[in-house]
Amino acid sequence: MSKIAKAFDHGKAFIAFITCGDPDLETTGKAVRAAVENGADLIELGIPFSDPTAEGPVIQEANLRALQAGTTTDKIFDFVKDLRKDVTVPMVFMTYANVIFSYGAEKFISTCEQIGIDGLILPDLPFEEKEEFLPLCRQYHVDLVSLIAPTSENRVAMIAREAEGFIYLVSSLGVTGTRSEITTDLQPIIRTIRENAKVPVAIGFGISKPEQAKAMAAISDGAIVGSAIEKILAQYGKEAPEHIGEYVKSMKEAIN
Amino acid sequence: MSNQNGRFGIHGGQYIPETLMNAVIELEEAYNHYKADPEFNRELTALLNDYAGRPSRLYYAEKMTKDLGGAKIYLKREDLNHTGAHKINNVLGQALLAKKMGKTRLIAETGAGQHGVATATAAALMGMECVVFMGEEDTIRQALNVYRMRLLGAEVIPVKTGTATLKDAVSEAMREWTRRIDDTHYCLGSVMGPHPFPTIVRDFQAVISKEIKEQILEKEGRLPDAVIACVGGGSNAIGSFYHFIEDKDVRLIGCEAAGRGIDTFETAATMNTGRLGIFHGMKSYFCQDEYGQIAPVYSISAGLDYPGVGPEHAWLHDTGRAEYVPVTDEEAVCAFEYLAKTEGIIPAIESAHAVAYAQKIAPEMKPDQIIVITVSGRGDKDCAAIARYRGEDLHE
Repeated sequence: MSKIAKAFDHGKAFIAFITCGDPDLETTGKAVRAAVENGADLIELGIPFSDPTAEGPVIQEANLRALQAGTTTDKIFDFVKDLRKDVTVPMVFMTYANVIFSYGAEKFISTCEQIGIDGLILPDLPFEEKEEFLPLCRQYHVDLVSLIAPTSENRVAMIAREAEGFIYLVSSLGVTGTRSEITTDLQPIIRTIRENAKVPVAIGFGISKPEQAKAMAAISDGAIVGSAIEKILAQYGKEAPEHIGEYVKSMKEAIN
Repeated sequence: MSNQNGRFGIHGGQYIPETLMNAVIELEEAYNHYKADPEFNRELTALLNDYAGRPSRLYYAEKMTKDLGGAKIYLKREDLNHTGAHKINNVLGQALLAKKMGKTRLIAETGAGQHGVATATAAALMGMECVVFMGEEDTIRQALNVYRMRLLGAEVIPVKTGTATLKDAVSEAMREWTRRIDDTHYCLGSVMGPHPFPTIVRDFQAVISKEIKEQILEKEGRLPDAVIACVGGGSNAIGSFYHFIEDKDVRLIGCEAAGRGIDTFETAATMNTGRLGIFHGMKSYFCQDEYGQIAPVYSISAGLDYPGVGPEHAWLHDTGRAEYVPVTDEEAVCAFEYLAKTEGIIPAIESAHAVAYAQKIAPEMKPDQIIVITVSGRGDKDCAAIARYRGEDLHE
């Protein structure tokens, strides 16, 4: 059974996204531990990419800061190895296809298994292209997480049927970033997912406030928060972990 | 040439967010329907001929031929099209398609501004809303084109992220498309991005080689020995090559922007310095570092200043059917000046890359051989920048 399932086996899951190396990997480590200590059930570690086409300004800037600080895939692998000495919650990488392809897909995905990364989220790898990495993901027991969007319509069932790990349901149109309100009616999509999928579904994109997280978690299995955490990092830099801890605590309390 | 899921050999594909998948599927279905529709083709041909001024001339450059003392040189004059470049061929096709699909708004990326101007023009003509994304750096290099787009009623959004050039404009246009899909068509300007764009844009630009073939057969009674075009994303080049791909005796030569040289980091010569990757919706060759971070490329030419190349070119490169050669800023500027003085034709600095390579190979060829150079656009937009390159304090 997928290790990711563990994140969903004790109530609604709170999933925290943190870009590795913003402002440096030491701070990322502290931020991850602060999030876990305060209730985060699953950690999405972002590997920075020069041109993140699915991201809004907040995560774009986080990627840029991380790259300017000299963060590389190899340094992130070493960092995760160290993190795994005490962090036991499931962890996945969120990055772009070229980061994996360019590194060498087999070398990348086999390393994920060795260092304890349980899944991959790749916003530029839709259902039609998943064969690019899926055979290697199966071989090395790394779940390739499927994304479903409000525009997926007739594709929802097809994607849900083959989904592994968990389903990342994109709350609304557009790129990542906080939104004042989420107006998409996600209920019909979630019904179709439930009818077809064997894995849980969590909602992300635009969630920043506890009441939003509560509403999204109420109709699904969990809430994913990225930009709101990155904003704290942008504001507080090395001092951010403490603030991230408080923030995660408030979000986690809201959803359960 | 592409198979079902838009592959050219191993290149191409649809590496895009799920949010856009139904949009590209809908586009493919609409395109497959309308490309076989006589009424659509009649309307498009009327637009190309009566509005854009096709067919474009195939001009025998007699002075240049004599001066270089080798192969006979013909210029395919895409610079004479309405809006001054080949970009209008694709834009009229896509805008008409978008209109048939019920879209009311066009968005586009632009580098030098030629595709932006063409899109703004088609939007004005067809009564559609238009938003153009342009790297902030390019809005400065090509200020006149920014004014032209605004004059045509388009909104121009300067893109400040990344290197603030063409690749960032593409990224931002893709982001905008994920925000607003229902009424919006992304009018992509080159043979790149996710399937079906490389095929659609190729088909709309293939009119260039279709005409070259007819015109050269009429003038010379034979096919050319070489067809030369500049390559950024590669739309004028694929348009110039397409109907010659099966004619194996015709050399197909794409000229990449080497910038300050392919042994420097200030280059945009993707085939010569890049490697296989996945970016902007496609698998192809990209300038990138060892970790797959896309390189901040450089060329004097805003239109060739792109770190990737269209997937069909990548495939023509793999199979050896086409050659891709680097041409530096300095060589292109010399060719820009040369064509102006020799033939009284000021080419776009992009097209000057193709002229420069013809200058190199023509003298080594025989007088009974023929070279066709595609002059993809006119150079009025570049005059101020080239003057500055030559040390003159000229600003628009």
